[in-house]
Amino acid sequence: MNAKTVSIKVNGMPFFVHEGTTVLEAAKLVNVKIPTLCYHPDLPAWAACGICVVKVEGSPKMFRACSTPVEDGMSIITHDPEIVEVRRTVIELILSTHPNDCLQCLRNQNCELQRLAAEFGIREMPFEYNINQIPVDDSTTSLILNPEKCVKCGRCVKVCQGMQNVWAIEFLGRGDSTRIAPAGDVLLAESPCIKCGQCSAHCPVGAIYEKDETQKVWKALQDPTKHCVVQIAPAVRVALGEAFGLEPGTLVTNKAYAALRRLGFKGIFDTNFGADLTIMEEGSEFVERFVHGKGDLPLITSCCPAWVDYLEKYYHDLIPLFSTAKSPQAMVGALSKTYYADKSGIDCKNIFMVSIMPCTAKKYEIVRSESMYSSGCQDIDVSITTRELSRMIKSAGIDFLNLPDEDADAPLGIYTGAGTIFGATGGVMEAALRTAYFLVTGQELKNVDLEDVRGIEGIKEARIRMAGKEVRVAVAHQMGNIEQVLDMVREAKAKGKELPWHFIEVMACRGGCIGGGGQPYGATDEIRKKRIAGMYKDDSTQKIRCSHQNPAIKQLYAEFLGKPLSHKSHELLHTKYTPRPLYTR
Amino acid sequence: MAFKSYVLVCGGTACQSSKSEEIYKNFITELEAAGIKDDVQVVKTGCFGFCEKGPIVKVLPDESFYVEVKPTDAKEIVAEHLVKGRQVKRLLYQGEETKKHAKVEDIAFYQKQFRIVLRNCGVINPEDINEYIARDGYAALEKVLFEMTPDQVINELKVSGLRGRGGAGFPTWLKWNFTKQVNDSPKYIVCNADEGDPGAYMDRSTIEGDPHSILEAMMIAGKTIGSNKGYIYIRAEYPLAIHRLEVAIKQAKELGLLGKDILGSGFDFDIELRLGAGAFVCGEETALLASIEGERGMPKPRPPFPAVKGLWQKPTVINNVETWANIPVIILRGGAWFANIGTEKSKGTKVFALTGKIRNSGLVEVPMGTTLREIIYDIGGGIINGKKFKAVQTGGPSGGVITAEYLDTPIDYENLQKLGSIMGSGGMIVMDEDDCMVDIAKFYLGFTVDESCGKCAPCRVGGRQLLNYLDKISKGKATRDDITKMRQIGNAMKRASLCGLGQTAPNPVLSTLTYFEKEYLAHIDDRTCPAGKCKDLITYSILPEKCIGCGLCARRCPVNCITGEKRQPHVIDKSACIKCGECYSVCKFGAVMRK
Repeated sequence: MNAKTVSIKVNGMPFFVHEGTTVLEAAKLVNVKIPTLCYHPDLPAWAACGICVVKVEGSPKMFRACSTPVEDGMSIITHDPEIVEVRRTVIELILSTHPNDCLQCLRNQNCELQRLAAEFGIREMPFEYNINQIPVDDSTTSLILNPEKCVKCGRCVKVCQGMQNVWAIEFLGRGDSTRIAPAGDVLLAESPCIKCGQCSAHCPVGAIYEKDETQKVWKALQDPTKHCVVQIAPAVRVALGEAFGLEPGTLVTNKAYAALRRLGFKGIFDTNFGADLTIMEEGSEFVERFVHGKGDLPLITSCCPAWVDYLEKYYHDLIPLFSTAKSPQAMVGALSKTYYADKSGIDCKNIFMVSIMPCTAKKYEIVRSESMYSSGCQDIDVSITTRELSRMIKSAGIDFLNLPDEDADAPLGIYTGAGTIFGATGGVMEAALRTAYFLVTGQELKNVDLEDVRGIEGIKEARIRMAGKEVRVAVAHQMGNIEQVLDMVREAKAKGKELPWHFIEVMACRGGCIGGGGQPYGATDEIRKKRIAGMYKDDSTQKIRCSHQNPAIKQLYAEFLGKPLSHKSHELLHTKYTPRPLYTR
Repeated sequence: MAFKSYVLVCGGTACQSSKSEEIYKNFITELEAAGIKDDVQVVKTGCFGFCEKGPIVKVLPDESFYVEVKPTDAKEIVAEHLVKGRQVKRLLYQGEETKKHAKVEDIAFYQKQFRIVLRNCGVINPEDINEYIARDGYAALEKVLFEMTPDQVINELKVSGLRGRGGAGFPTWLKWNFTKQVNDSPKYIVCNADEGDPGAYMDRSTIEGDPHSILEAMMIAGKTIGSNKGYIYIRAEYPLAIHRLEVAIKQAKELGLLGKDILGSGFDFDIELRLGAGAFVCGEETALLASIEGERGMPKPRPPFPAVKGLWQKPTVINNVETWANIPVIILRGGAWFANIGTEKSKGTKVFALTGKIRNSGLVEVPMGTTLREIIYDIGGGIINGKKFKAVQTGGPSGGVITAEYLDTPIDYENLQKLGSIMGSGGMIVMDEDDCMVDIAKFYLGFTVDESCGKCAPCRVGGRQLLNYLDKISKGKATRDDITKMRQIGNAMKRASLCGLGQTAPNPVLSTLTYFEKEYLAHIDDRTCPAGKCKDLITYSILPEKCIGCGLCARRCPVNCITGEKRQPHVIDKSACIKCGECYSVCKFGAVMRK
C-alpha cells in the first residue's frame, strides 16, 4: 500500500509525514516530546488524561495529540505558555486526587505521574487534596489493586479487555467516583482475572502491581534451617539488566547467577533446564498423539499459567487438547525437592525453592492444584517477578553491573538453546519441533532455526515435514489473539473438517514471557523485539541447541525418571486441568 | 368535519401528571351520558406548550381555550358548552394583556411563536397515524422516495441552512453529506432523544406530541445517505414518549410506511428503540453510540467523526429530535422557505423550555433572531411576583447566564456564544433578584459533576475541585485567591476536556464570575449573600418594632425555634434555626429580617 504523505508544521518546522500519523507521533519524528500520561503505544489512544493537548493554527480549540491524526497543511503548536499552563493545571488536578506518599510507593522513581510532576517542576499543591478512599484488593495470589492511587488512565482496562480479551476489570461508578474494579464489584480473585499482570505492566503509577513477596524470600534466606535454592526463568535474563540501566535484550544470565549466590541461595538452578525437560515430555506427548493416535489433536502447550487459567475459564471443551506436561518452573520445582533433595541428602521440607519469573501468574501457578505439591512438599515456595528480584539486588547493595560472571549449579542449571527460547513467542514451538523431529524420524534437524514461528506477529503458522507427514503448527501470543485460533479449531472439530493445525503454542503476554506482566516497566514492541533478539542470541551461542541433547537431561532420565512419560514422570512432571467458573461469586 | 365539535385534551407528561387522563375519560363518560358521543370527538393530543396553565382543554371549532381544568370540570363543559353552546367562562384563559376571554390566536403566549417543530403538538392525536397523515404526514417521505434524488435532498437542506439543534449547531446537510460520501456499509441513522438538561423537555414533548415526524425524518435520511436501519436512543425516564414511539412504529409498519419496500419504492427501513439508563453524558454522540453498542457510555475522541466511523465503526448520521422534526417540513415547503425564517447564520426556529421565575412557563417555539426580551416578557409574561429580572440561563448546565443589559440580543448560535453561554438544546431558566449566582453556579456544576462520566481528568477532577471552591464561597470560607484558582481550573476544563460536557461544564461558573463578580466578592470579603440564599451566610431575626405577635411564624417553623407570647414580639433561637426561610416568607408585616 502506498501511504500518502502530507505536509505539516510542528512549531513552525515544516516536514512530511504519512497520512494517518497522529500529532504525537509526528512531533516525535522531529524530536518534540509532547507529555502524556494515559497514552501507551500498545493501546489505541483512549484520550482520557488531557495532558497531551496541542493547538492547531486556525482553530480555537485544543486537540489531544495522542488521538488527532495529522491533516495536510496542519500547523501544530506543541508548546506555548497557555498550553503549558493548561497541562500543568491538569497534572495538578490529577495530583490532587493522588496520595502524596511517593516515598513509600513501589513505583517511587519509576512512576510516570511522578516524572510528569518533576518535569513540570511542580513544587506545591495549589488545590485541596480530594482522595477517594477505597479498600485495597489483595485477593489474588498475584496482583494488588490499590484504587486510591489510580489515575483512571484506563490502560489496565484497555489491556485486560482489548489486548487480553479477559474482561476481568472495568470502570465502575462515574464522575469523581469512577474507579476500576471487576465488573459487578466482586474481588479480583472472584473475577475472570487470569493473573497475567499486563495491567500492572501498563499501569503508569502504583495502582495495580505485583504482590511483593520479597519479604518471604528474605526471611527464608536468613533462616539457618532452610536450604534456599532458586531458579531463573528464560525471559528474566534479557530484561533484568534494564533495571540497572542496560539496554533491553542485554543477556545478564551469569551476573544474575552471581547476584543470586550473593543473596544467599545455595543452589542456583535454571528454569531453562525445566524447559528442556518440558520439551522431552511434551514432545513425546506430541509424538504419542500425532504418530500413534493416542490422544486428541491439536496438542496445545501449557507452560503459560495465565493461559492455563484462561482455558480453564473460557474454553472448557478444549481441555483434552492441553498438554499435561507441567511448566518448566513447576518441573524444576518438583525436581529440586525430589531429585536434587535425594542427590544432596536434604529433606525436601528444609529446601526452600524460589523461582524468579517474568510473570505474575506464576505466583498463582505454584498453588494452582494438588499436582503442585508432587514432591510431598509445596514444590515451589515463593515465585517472585523480575521486578521484585531487581529490588532485592538493589536493597542488598549488590553492584550488579560489576559482578563477575558465574555459572549455575549442575545438574538443574544446565540448559540448551532450545530451553532458553521458551522466553520468546514461538520458542516453545521451535524447541518442541527440534526434538519432535528427532523423536519421529530418529534424525537430527539440519537447520534448527525455524524462522517462521519467530517474531512479534500475533498469530504465526508453519509447516514441517516429518517422516512423510506434514505437521502444521500455529503460534499465538497476547491473549486477545487466541480466540480466533481456538474458534477455528472448534469449528473444524464441530464440522468434522481437517484440523487447521496439529500443534499450537499459546502465550498470554505479547511477545511471550519476555513481555510478561512481571518484567521491568515500559515494555513496548520496540523493547520486546530487543528482548526477543536477546533470547535468540542466547540460543545461537549455545553449543547444544536441542533439548534431547542436554546431557543433564539424559542423566536425569537415566538416573531418576526412566524415560519420558514414565510413571515417575507422570507423578512429578504432569498435571491435570479442570473447568473453572468465570465468576466465583 | 365528521363531528360537530372536537375536544382536544392535552396528553403531555405535565398535564397527565395533573390528571388530564382522568379529564379525558370523564369527557367520554359525560358525552355518552349526555347522548352526544357521536357528535363530539375527544382527542388526546401532545403538549400545547402552555404548561403553566395546564391541564389544557381546547374545544373546536370555536377555539375555546380552557385552562387549569380539573377532572370534575368535564361535566360542566359538556353540559354547558357542548350541549347548550355556552362557553364555560370561568375556565377560559384570561389574558392579562386584554383582560378578556381570549381565543388561542389572541393569547400573548402564542402570538410571537412560530411553530415548525411543534406544528402538530396539541393539534393531533399522536397515537393515530391517520391524523399525522391528514396534516401532510409522510408526504415528504413520499416526495423523497419518488421525486427527489439524494443530492436534491441534501441540496434542499443546504439551502435551508438548518443547523443541528442538539447544541453545537453543525450544518445538518454537511453531516448528511459526509456520511453519504463514505464508501462503507451498512450505514446507520440515529436519533438522539437522550434529553437531560435540568428543566428541559423540548424533545420529550415533540415526541409525545408528534412521534411520526421523527420516524419520517429518519427514513428520509436513510433514503438520502443509503441506510436501512435507524435507532432512537431515548431515556427510559420518558415512558410516555417511548410508548408513543412504539405505537407510531407499529402503525407505520401496518401501513407499509416502515419496513420492507416502503410504499412500493423498493426502499427498506427499520427503526429500533434503545432505552438509555439515565446518564446525562449519553447525550454526547460518541458516548450515545457506545451505549447503543452495549458499552459503558463514555465519549471517544473525534476524529473519527460518527459520519465516518459511528455505530459499530460504520458511517452514522446522528441528529437530535428537534433537528429531525424540522426535516419533513423543509422537504415539503422547500429549503428557501425555511431559510427565510431566522437570522443570517441561524435559520428556522428554536424550541425553548421556558422555566424559572417566569409567569408563563412552558414550551415555546420562536424564529431564530427573536430577542430574549421578547421571549421573557412578551411570551413569558415577565417575572413572577413583580420581582426584578436578574439573569437568564440558556443551554442548561453547559450554558451561562445572560444579564439584563443583553436582553435585546437576537438569539442565534453565535450571539449566545459571544455572551459566554450557548444555545444548547434549549433550556431557558429565568432568575430574579432572589437568586444567588453562587448558588446557581453550584446547582449547575453539581449536576455536571454528578453526571461526568469520569473518563477525562480535567472534567472529573476539575469539576469536583470547582464545586468545592463554590461550596467554600457559599459558606464564607473562601479567599480571593480561590477565585483565581477557579478561573485557572475552569480554563483547563474548557481547553483540555475530551467532550462537550467537560468543555462546557465550567460555563455557569465562568459566566457568573464574569457578570456577577461583585456578588462573589460579597460572599468572600463581606461573608454575606446579597440574595439571601446561602444558608451559612444569613441569619433570620425578628424586628420587635414590627412584630405584632400573631404567631404565624412560630406555627410554621419546622423546628419550633420561634417563641413569644401572644401579641408580643417573637424571638428566633438562632442556634436552632435551620434557615429554611419559612418565617420570612409567611410574615405579612415585614417583621422577619434576613441578613
